[in-house]
Amino acid sequence: MTDFLDRLLGKNRKSANQAKERLALVLIHDRTNMTSSALEALKDELIEVISRHIDIDPTAVNIEMNQDGRQQRLIADIPIRGPKRRGR
Amino acid sequence: MAAKVVTITSGKGGVGKTTVTANLGTALASLNQKVVCIDADIGLRNLDVVMGLENRIVYDIVDVIEGRCRLRQAMIRDKRLPDLYLIPAAQKRDKTAVTPSDMIRVCNELRSEYDWIVVDSPAGIERGFRNAIAPADLVYVITNPEVSAVRDADRIIGLVEAEEKGPARLVINRLNYEMVRRGDMLSTEDIVELLAIEVIGIVPEDDRVVVSTNRGVPISLDEKSLAGEAFRNIARRTLGETVPFIELDNQGGFFSRLGRLLRSGGGE
Repeated sequence: MTDFLDRLLGKNRKSANQAKERLALVLIHDRTNMTSSALEALKDELIEVISRHIDIDPTAVNIEMNQDGRQQRLIADIPIRGPKRRGR
Repeated sequence: MAAKVVTITSGKGGVGKTTVTANLGTALASLNQKVVCIDADIGLRNLDVVMGLENRIVYDIVDVIEGRCRLRQAMIRDKRLPDLYLIPAAQKRDKTAVTPSDMIRVCNELRSEYDWIVVDSPAGIERGFRNAIAPADLVYVITNPEVSAVRDADRIIGLVEAEEKGPARLVINRLNYEMVRRGDMLSTEDIVELLAIEVIGIVPEDDRVVVSTNRGVPISLDEKSLAGEAFRNIARRTLGETVPFIELDNQGGFFSRLGRLLRSGGGE
């Protein structure tokens, strides 16, 4: 299905690129022993804890696992709404 | 003399560990090094056939460990190179017949008389792998440019680090430059980026490797073969030399092949 969509959208991607992208994700999961649903759960809990202290925009939170050499790095990008406003 | 132990491992089976072991051992011995190759794949002996020494086996490594013979008696001298030896694996036993400390003991007994001990690890991450890396000073991880082999290589690189035998170095075996050029095979750069590891060798896919294995004559002895040259380069890098990698565009093309033939015909 994704192949079909890719072709439809004219994205005739080289199979080596697909291999590389798929491997990058698989290796992160292998190395951290963390699935994408576990990462989602982590994200929800993080939002909950941080929201107790600062006003953040939960819809704009971006959490991802990055590769830095043979180390994995958890990167959290959490936009803050500024000091809590009381009413309008 | 104090030998260094190089363990050849991979995780995934069938990527060419035994071929690399036989060729690295042969190439090192061709460079006037004293070398012992050890087949640590107990129960699935193969290094003997790849080196063409299967008819000379009397004793094996388990016989040494269990005291049925002296270490010297289990060492088979190569047909061609006088300073190359093989210690074969036992064929009718399993991995539990050897322990990591047995491997360390056998290697230590050899260290004073040889320059290099090359250990061929079995596939997998269990006992056989642990036996093979226990004596290692250097670990070379072999992979092919395909997803399953690269994934397993990553696992093994992590385990080598965890055993404090790292950093492992990588051999990319059976690279098809033409497929890489078409974008249908992971390139060296892709693999290095994914695995974040130093590369010690890139071996091009070469039909002659199969032919040489059929004959029991390691391809590193073939002056005209590109794969043979790649294996010889791994040996030279192992000795600390800086050797450039074989370039994409001087591989395979008719004119570069012609050039190589002319050069080798001219006698270097």
